[in-house]
Amino acid sequence: MSGWVLKGLKTGIRTTLYPKVEELAPGVSPGRPAGGRAAGNKKPAAEACPVDAIAVRDKQVSVDYDRCILCGRCLPPAGASGLVKPAADYEWAYKIPRDTVAAGGAGVTKTCSHSLHIKVVDGGACNACLSEVSQLTKPYYDMHRLGFFITPTPRDADLLLVVGPVTEHMKLPLKKAFEAMPEPKAVMAVGTCALSGGIFGPGFAAGGGVKEFLPVDIAVPGCPPPPLAIIHGLLMAVGRKDPVPSPTSPGPGSGMEAAK
Amino acid sequence: MQKTTCKSSSMKELPEDLPPGCHGPVTVTAVAGRFSCCMESSAADIPPICNWLTTRQGYRFASIVIEEMEEEWLAHYIFYSDNGQGPVSISTRVNKADKALPSISHLIHAADWHEREMEDLFGLVFEGHPRLGEFVLHEEWPEGTNPMKKDFDATVPYIDQGPSSSCSWHPPSLVSESGAFMMPIGPIFSGFAESAHFLLETVGEDIIRMIPRFFYKYRGVEKTAEGLPADRALLLAERFSGTSAFAHSLAFCHAVEEIWKTRAPRRAVALRVMLAELERFRHHVAAIEGICSSTGLVVAASQAGILEEDILRLSCKFAGHRYLFGLNIPGGLQRDFSDSECLELAGDVKKIFVKLQDMEKRLRFSSSFLDRLEEVGTVTMEDAVDYGLVGPVARASGVAGDLRTCLPYGDYGSFEFSVPVEKEGDGYARLRILFQEAEQSNNIISQAVSSLPGGGIRQPLSPGARPAGAALGWAETPLGATFHWVRLAEDGRVARYRLTTPSFTNWHGFHLSVEGFAFQDFPIILATFGLSNAECDR
Repeated sequence: MSGWVLKGLKTGIRTTLYPKVEELAPGVSPGRPAGGRAAGNKKPAAEACPVDAIAVRDKQVSVDYDRCILCGRCLPPAGASGLVKPAADYEWAYKIPRDTVAAGGAGVTKTCSHSLHIKVVDGGACNACLSEVSQLTKPYYDMHRLGFFITPTPRDADLLLVVGPVTEHMKLPLKKAFEAMPEPKAVMAVGTCALSGGIFGPGFAAGGGVKEFLPVDIAVPGCPPPPLAIIHGLLMAVGRKDPVPSPTSPGPGSGMEAAK
Repeated sequence: MQKTTCKSSSMKELPEDLPPGCHGPVTVTAVAGRFSCCMESSAADIPPICNWLTTRQGYRFASIVIEEMEEEWLAHYIFYSDNGQGPVSISTRVNKADKALPSISHLIHAADWHEREMEDLFGLVFEGHPRLGEFVLHEEWPEGTNPMKKDFDATVPYIDQGPSSSCSWHPPSLVSESGAFMMPIGPIFSGFAESAHFLLETVGEDIIRMIPRFFYKYRGVEKTAEGLPADRALLLAERFSGTSAFAHSLAFCHAVEEIWKTRAPRRAVALRVMLAELERFRHHVAAIEGICSSTGLVVAASQAGILEEDILRLSCKFAGHRYLFGLNIPGGLQRDFSDSECLELAGDVKKIFVKLQDMEKRLRFSSSFLDRLEEVGTVTMEDAVDYGLVGPVARASGVAGDLRTCLPYGDYGSFEFSVPVEKEGDGYARLRILFQEAEQSNNIISQAVSSLPGGGIRQPLSPGARPAGAALGWAETPLGATFHWVRLAEDGRVARYRLTTPSFTNWHGFHLSVEGFAFQDFPIILATFGLSNAECDR
């Protein structure tokens, strides 16, 4: 058995240096279509989008990341030239401002800034999001180094991480898990399904995302969001990354990323 | 007794007389879709014909498809075999008011859950089935709700989630010995496990009975697909089970291409094989990681975790998505890859495979690890056949079914590879199968990239040339055989989409492997099965 120890030592440290250093390894993120103002006809890209996530208004392209499923159909040749995927981009999380946090004191942001216990709940995800969440505890991402831990019970949890559109059958277990958590607590919705229901909902069996019945603080869009995007969300939840507003907040083109 | 009317020459074994117990008439027609034979009979003759197919002709049960037509129910019973011919479909029509079909699950146990699902979702009655009732839809749904019926509106949330909604479900208890108790696990697990519920009945150490409760993740994919155009329904096919997305989208594309009477160009077919094997490779490495971490072998789990992320990054670098989403499209692939990119991919996969081999060698000599797997969670070959198990789980129990060789698709026929089979049926046999299949995937990828045909990657389709019809598509996903049955209406939209997934098939037999084993073995057995609830629940 000592062979394993030696093997482990020989492998060395593989862990990313993010957030101290930007992670640039190829393949850590699939990237996503960028909106913004660019020349050329963007109509084909909007028409190619199967989930109506792309809107074109006054030559301004906006992408609704709560709906975007990273299918790539808007990319060339179907889409117009300006809609490229910024390859190394993964800081996708955004914060949803809530009055209740301000009223209830410091919230998770201050209390848990260097030790956050996370309860993961599967609200009917396809497994890709769960797989990405599980990468966080594996050597490449090792979120324990940042003070983030998965906890088996909601009673010990500071943050509820929900994936999936939330199915009818998972609504009650999810509600109970949230109620069992002590204050202060936060909710993080991970993945397009958890933000809008994705391609499954809202419908008769799948819901339209977590925010339908739980107060979501942090949203991490993506289908699935890569592990670094989830870490970005966790850091934002505890105030170690600056809060970013929703990139698709009302108003044409507001907060839109420019095409790189 | 009426004679069979036979117009088929492709199925030579068809009986001169009808199968025993059958009253006829049975019409047999030759190939529709890729079926080798389609029979149509009265509902009463379904059980004897199915029984004859499985016991005399060596066919395996694949699926039951129910369709609601204008004035009748149309049921298709689908079987397949490794005799080199296509699948067989037996259809029957039942008056819409009747709602009753004879049960075949007393003859073919693999059909058990299919009948329970159809009863729950369509409101049909399978006469003679011992346990119909709550299955897919839990207690929140009012009695008599049948979401798969055409008049059910799938677009609005159905259950009123007011504060009054409460759980009234009480688990059925069978063990009545003194001191017997029940240990519930789920639906929310301690780590990242998918939502599912297991009730373990015990009097102490050993699990006497395991009662699973699934469909916590029921998203109504089959219903949601209805009315969508094929390229939109493809997204559902691809993403209902994210960790085997490519294989499922492939099966869906096969069905749609069959209906549209088109074929993917040769280059796309070869690339599809390569990508499907890349997915299998990644899936198996992830499953190996799961087994290592379930036994608490931390270094090995970390090593496998590194390899898994390596493959995810490789997939992303190569195909633009870590889980290979957005590549398949009916008629071919969304994008092409250059030959040199593919060669580089094969080289990288090989490097990862060498590391995997090193891991396998080490695991083989880790006695504390093997102690947790050997002779634990055993499924006998008889049980595997009875339950119609598929994929690595079945192959670990000596059942050599693999759609890549039984019902060859793509150009798997032109590659040299073997389907590994083990006899023991325990956790260690399942682990060995995973390693051997990963090796085969690596082989297939190398072969595929060394002889990539040229040409286009997508068959252009004119919107006018898209006929209506129904077809069966299939693929061997990393977890086993999947069958996608698709009917497209005149307007090109999906009229019925039926998904038969390997996780659905194998969860049915999962209880066999845990009953009689100790509590602490449960998570390990769960990991060696490595099934997906997203894939089962749909």
